Amino acid sequence: MIDPRSPWLTLRRNPAAVVSATILVCMALWALLGPALAPTDAGEVTRNSFLPPSSQHLFGTDLNGRDLLYRVLLGARISLFVGIFGALTSFVVGIIYGMIAGYIGGQVDSVMMRFVDVLYSIPRLIFLLVLISALDPLLRVQMERHGLQELVGYSKIILLIVSLGLTEWLTMARIIRGQVLGLKSQQFVLAARSIGQSHTNIIFQHLFPNLAGVALVYLTLTVPAVILDESFLSFLGVGIQAPLASWGLLLSDAAQVINPIKGYWWLLVFPAAAMSVTLVALNFLGDGLRDAFDPRQRK
Amino acid sequence: MLRFIIKRGIALVIILFCVVTLTFFLIRLMPGGPFDRERKLPANIEKQLLIKYKLDGPLLDQYFNYLGDLLRGDLRLSTKYRNRSVNEILAQSLPVSGILGGIAFCIAAGGGVFLGAMAAANQHTWIDRTAMLGALFAISLPSFVIGPLLVLIFAIEIQILPVGGWGSLQGLILPSITLAAPYAAYIARLTRASMLEVLTQDYIRTARAKGLSEETVIYKHALRVAILPVVSFLGPLAANLLTGSIVVENIFSIPGAGGFFVNSVLNRDGFLLAGVVIVYCALLVFFNLVVDILYGFLDRRITLYD
Repeated sequence: MIDPRSPWLTLRRNPAAVVSATILVCMALWALLGPALAPTDAGEVTRNSFLPPSSQHLFGTDLNGRDLLYRVLLGARISLFVGIFGALTSFVVGIIYGMIAGYIGGQVDSVMMRFVDVLYSIPRLIFLLVLISALDPLLRVQMERHGLQELVGYSKIILLIVSLGLTEWLTMARIIRGQVLGLKSQQFVLAARSIGQSHTNIIFQHLFPNLAGVALVYLTLTVPAVILDESFLSFLGVGIQAPLASWGLLLSDAAQVINPIKGYWWLLVFPAAAMSVTLVALNFLGDGLRDAFDPRQRK
Repeated sequence: MLRFIIKRGIALVIILFCVVTLTFFLIRLMPGGPFDRERKLPANIEKQLLIKYKLDGPLLDQYFNYLGDLLRGDLRLSTKYRNRSVNEILAQSLPVSGILGGIAFCIAAGGGVFLGAMAAANQHTWIDRTAMLGALFAISLPSFVIGPLLVLIFAIEIQILPVGGWGSLQGLILPSITLAAPYAAYIARLTRASMLEVLTQDYIRTARAKGLSEETVIYKHALRVAILPVVSFLGPLAANLLTGSIVVENIFSIPGAGGFFVNSVLNRDGFLLAGVVIVYCALLVFFNLVVDILYGFLDRRITLYD
């Protein structure tokens, strides 16, 4: 067995990955604590529309006179939350699906993978647009009926996490299946079977630890993909809606008011910067993890 | 070969059938009808409207009638853009999307392959590093960041290109670059990786040993093989450009099918929505099929089966 610590050592020697991880931790802390430190009226609608950045409003204010820094942090919170939990959902689905297909093999495997191929060929985001706008009102009604009033405002977030999670698992399933196919013919699995271990035991005790590295890599790469999808939907007006904020929504607001006569550049530049830094850092970290854990996939 | 095409053709029909069915019932799940306004319509007028737009009667009958109309090539009337048929709207807006997508396709494929080949030929130099860093940024940033930023720089600060709109050649530059950027970057990474692998092979050493110039070796001998993974990406590329154009058309106010698609979701304009979805899915599956066939021609080692 290879020294399990070695991938982490490789990762720590990769400066881009270390810097990215630091930036991501800072961003997450800022998003979590920032809004609490801001003055209580920062998110309120005021008459001070379109103030340029100043010492009072570091990022300026938006159309409704809300402090943009506060909005960007709120957006960071929701975008990161949706990204992480959407990716976790897809992780669970993908790993279970891929393991079943790879471990059983044969006809079951080919049917399951053909199904994945079919799903790949369907324009996912186009469907999500329709699906989310159809299901959101239904979900709200159900929540109110079951006395979950406090959750109604968050129905979009829940729906986004579930639907993005349930559509982003395809790549994960393919990769896990490939890994399982390779692993199950190895001698340690044969040995485990020959001493009479159950299939559950083999999957959880022998296969799972060997998959963890690769799964972690693709989990990291799925987070930015989900954040992108979420902001795509929010940009088109189907995702997160005001008074909540997400980066996609902020950018969509900015794109609507910006024109050659009124250059409200701050509305665009700050959300775009926050989003870009996060996505680039996540991709750098993902690439670093891939190089460390899965050298054969290196690009 | 023929069997392969027939099988994929059957798959196309099945996929389209599922897509139509899903869309039809999903739209009906949405609360609020297409004729809901601030003031409620009188019952008899609403009934007349429902009959005109064939939205009356039991849901299953409506569904089978709709399937029948689709088989006759009739995508029905739009409930929002009154008296215009979906066929007519699509006939006007699809060419616009097509032109934008076509230009973006050329930029992404041509630019990506060129950059990737150049990066691989100059591995470990500043050209390689800059190209790959740029590619990572272009992949990470969504088009609704790149697009408005390009507008801010080129249309608002230096004012050399129009902010948006359709009709002029200059107006095409920013949208097509915005649409192509992430895919050009992805293709550049793909080409570079595959090129580096090809450059280690024996026949390249032979070509160099024959005394061929470095340009001939790289662009004539190596690229021909290194381009194969790019070809298999061209199908998904076409698909991604379709989806991506929805956002880009929105940013640059281009009257393509993408804008109609978003509005039809918001307006509960069921038949228009279904029409766009059907056309998009059909195009997608068709592109994938073309790429698979093309791949078989380019790489003789691959045989097409089932």
